[in-house]
Parts: sequence; C-alpha cells; structure tokens
Amino acid sequence: MTIEEIEKEIIEEFEMFGDDWEAKYEHLIDLGKSLPLIKEEFKTDDRIIKGCQSRVWLNSELKEGIVYFTADADAIITKGMVALMVRVLSEHTPKEIVDAKLNFVDTIGLKEHLSPTRANGLVSMINKMKADALSFS
Amino acid sequence: MKELKNIRDQFPILNQKINGYDLVYFDNGATSQKPLSVIESISDYYKQSNANIHRGVHTLSRTATGLFEKARKTLASHFNVKNDQQIIFTAGTTDSINLVVNGLSKNYLKKGDEIILSSYEHHSNILPWQLWAEENGGKLKVIPLLEDQSLDLSKLESLISSKTKLIAIAHVSNTLGVITDLEKVNSIARKNNIAVLVDGAQSAPHMAVDLTKLNVDFFVCSAHKMYGPTGIGLLYLSEKWLKDLPVSKPGGGTINTVTFEKTEYAENALRFEPGTPHIAGSVGFSAAIDFMNAVGIQTIFDHEHQLVQYAQQKMSEIPEVIIYGKSEHKAGVISFNIKNNHPFDVGTLLDKYGIAVRTGHHCTQPLMQCLNIQGTIRISFAIYNTKEEVDFFIEKLKKVITMLC
Ligand SMILES: Cc1ncc(COP(=O)(O)O)c(C=O)c1O
Repeated sequence: MTIEEIEKEIIEEFEMFGDDWEAKYEHLIDLGKSLPLIKEEFKTDDRIIKGCQSRVWLNSELKEGIVYFTADADAIITKGMVALMVRVLSEHTPKEIVDAKLNFVDTIGLKEHLSPTRANGLVSMINKMKADALSFS
Repeated sequence: MKELKNIRDQFPILNQKINGYDLVYFDNGATSQKPLSVIESISDYYKQSNANIHRGVHTLSRTATGLFEKARKTLASHFNVKNDQQIIFTAGTTDSINLVVNGLSKNYLKKGDEIILSSYEHHSNILPWQLWAEENGGKLKVIPLLEDQSLDLSKLESLISSKTKLIAIAHVSNTLGVITDLEKVNSIARKNNIAVLVDGAQSAPHMAVDLTKLNVDFFVCSAHKMYGPTGIGLLYLSEKWLKDLPVSKPGGGTINTVTFEKTEYAENALRFEPGTPHIAGSVGFSAAIDFMNAVGIQTIFDHEHQLVQYAQQKMSEIPEVIIYGKSEHKAGVISFNIKNNHPFDVGTLLDKYGIAVRTGHHCTQPLMQCLNIQGTIRISFAIYNTKEEVDFFIEKLKKVITMLC
C-alpha cells in the first residue's frame, strides 16, 4: 500500500467514532498498548527523541532501498500516535517518506498532537523520521 | 469574606468553555488569573497616568512616579517591612535571585565557599548558584527529604562548615506544596552566621508573610502568581543588605552622580532598579495586593487549605492514585501520579475535559531524581476555585483512569 492508501485506511478507522473524542482516545490508547514497537536493545539513550515530557525512541534501518522504522514512547497516548506514524511511514522508500504530507492527522482530529508547542516529542519524531530517510537516500 | 461567586465574577477569564466544558483552572502554581481590579488598574495607568518616572518635572511624570512609589509602599506594608526602600522591584523571582547571586559574588562569596539548598528547590533557585559555584570552585550542599517528603532539617547543621555562606530555600515547594519550617532554618543560620534567601514564589500567593518577623536576609516572589501581572516581582533586602549588596546590574536611574571616572550609586532601592522599570506592572502588583487583602490572606489560606484537604481525601480513596508530599503542613498544591501511567497522558485527557493541570518535572528535576520518578501531575488552587470544581475533577480523574488502565 502507498502512504496515502494507509492514511485513508486510518481515516476510515477513525470515522467510526464520529465526534466521540473519548472513543477516539480509547482507540489511540489501545493502539499504544497493543504494539510492541521496538526491540529493548534499541531503547538506548542515543535513540531517544527528547520531547519536554514524554520520551520517544526511534530506530531507522534501510534494507534494499526500503526504510523500516520501529519506535516506542513512555506515554501511552504518545505511543498511540507513534504507532500511527510508524504504520504510515515504515516500509516505504526514502523519497516517499520525505514527501509524505501526513494530512490524515488533521482529518482524524488529532492535529493538536502535532502542534510544535506540544510537549510530547512527536513533531521531533516525524522530523527525525524524515531526516533519517533523507540520509538514506 | 466576599461570597465566592462574587469573587469568581471578578475573574472574567474563568467564564469560558474549553473543549465544550467549563474551564477548571487548577494551574495556579504556574500563574494565577487576574481580577478585574488588576486588569483595570493597568489599563487605567496607560489611559491616564503613563509617563517615565523619577526626575521628571512635569505633572504626569510626577503622577507616574507617585504610583510607582506608592506600589512600593503597598508591598512594604503588606509584608510588614518598615523601610519601603528594602523592597526592590525586579522582573520576578528568577530575576531577583540572579540579582542576589551576582551581587554577592562580588565580595561576599569567595572561591571555595559553600551554599546550602533544599531537595525541592525550583531550577530558578539552583541554576544561578550552580553557575556561580562552577565559576568559583564553590560547592552546593543539599538538605535531604524525610519519608513524608518534608525537609529533614535535623541534617541541616551537619551540612554547615566554616565555608558555608548562605542557605537558599523555598518557603513552599512548588511541586509538593510542603511548607518549610523557616523559623528553624533561620535560627540555625543565625547561630552560624549564615545568610538566608527565601524563595517565596509559592508562599506569598497563599499565606501571610511577615518579613520583619521572619528576619531573613533576602525574600523573593513574583506578582503573576499572586493575582498580579507577569514581568514584575520583588526582592526584599534586610537593612544590612540594602547597604551592603553590591550593584551588579548598573544603568540609568541607579545613581546620585556619574562622571566618566566614577559613579556614586543611590543609597536606596533605586540602586538596584536600572533602566525604566515595569511601572504599569508595579501598579498592577499593588492592585493585586489590595485584592488579596480585601479578600483576606487568612481567608485565602483557609479556603485553599480546605480544598487541598478535601481533594486529597477524595483522591486517597482512589487506589491508583499516589500522592507526593504527605506532610500535613501544605499550601495550595497537590502532586500525584496514577500507578503505571505517565503524567502526560493524564494531563492530556484532563485537558479534554477542560481541566487545566500541570504535568512533568515542574522545574524541579533534582527533586524528581530524589523521588525516582519522571514527573507528576500537579493541581494547585487559588481563591476562586471551588469544591464543585474538585468534585468534577475527581469524577473525570476516575474516568481518565478507566480509559488508561
Ligand atoms: C518556587 C519557585 N521558585 C521560582 C519560580 C520562578 O518564578 P518566575 O518564573 O516568576 O521567575 C517559581 C515559578 O514557577 C517557583 O514556583
């Protein structure tokens, strides 16, 4: 699937909840809980992306022209968002990743998490994902 | 006391919806909201009295000077300080502490000297001392915590050496709300001839502070946590330090005479207030003090104390809640965590219900290290908070716990 197709899939998944933000957040929390995102050995200090409050770990690998991301976070809502980002961006080419607009975040009503004033490290994570992809290309 | 409803009416900002819910503002430890009297005093100042102060011959300048100096008197009287020149206007707590450190480093603090701090100091009362220590081979020593997260003052004497010059300590911990036994700290300091700086950022908003009775060397606080505007605060100097603290921030307005060779500085507060001060801020600060006194400081303390007791009781009935700072002796603040959950998640979800709390380390990372945690969720009260708000918070906290756990 292309990045846009995965985004569409996520949008449909969240449309079920309509305006019910509680259900939406419960889903996000479930996403955060369900995914073992990163190997313990990769949860090292040099892989931490420092947000002010919650910590995010990211590991990027290139195999045969395709970028593989694994990641984790210590706050569960952040981890849910991280899970979405990994789902959308992992297993694509560096160029596709760098070009990704990630408009789905706005559409599913979680844009607030991408505000740069947010203390969760998510924006830094996306920047790091794109920077890593760029360095592979 | 004015009826609480009446008090809330004076804070227009409280009357709004956040995410569809009535705003519950429990982040007063970070900054309090401002009553109409404060807001209007500032706009009135700009509408009617604005001019630069001191040495102006024209009428407006004299009016503005009068307001600025009246604010100094209001503060002096509020904190029971006899000589109003002992009240210096600064940009706030952090600025005041820096002014003291930079002044003292000129002659009082010598290479290799030692400063004593407490485990629960705010970064603003650590970093300036740490910077001085790094540059001068100085040393910081730390008063440890007891089991109930109040300070273990029985250890204080053992931290003192012949090189100890000053104890810099919070009156109330911004993270835990625990009140420091300043009488004890001060009597030990006096006995050993050590200066004391009290960080009153979190005490001045909640309780009566009598600086004559406290008899410390330095006391600092910020107007914005006391219903006043941002950008202004105070530094209280004892009579001795009003004479002896060297100028470290020179500039216009601080002098008696200047030649290119030599400057004679003013003997009074102006010596420490270079440049055009925050005149409108001083007017707002003064109005905030008037507001607090109109309500009654004891009334404020009692009201907030009741809210703390009530909330703490309700919270301790929730098995997932861990409360920090169990000491009975507390002012206005509760810090807690939800077992196995990150404070950020709890804060994010409470915000969705319109409840403003603070999460994280609260600028007290060394305290977080002592407690071996990443951060906490902190609720902090002001006079306008109500029992109903606490009930709503408890209800939503329970809901958040079921969402997260
Ligand atoms: C105990 C304590 N000290 C110092 C400060 C710093 O105050 P300000 O930011 O107003 O300088 C604060 C405020 O967060 C505080 O709570």
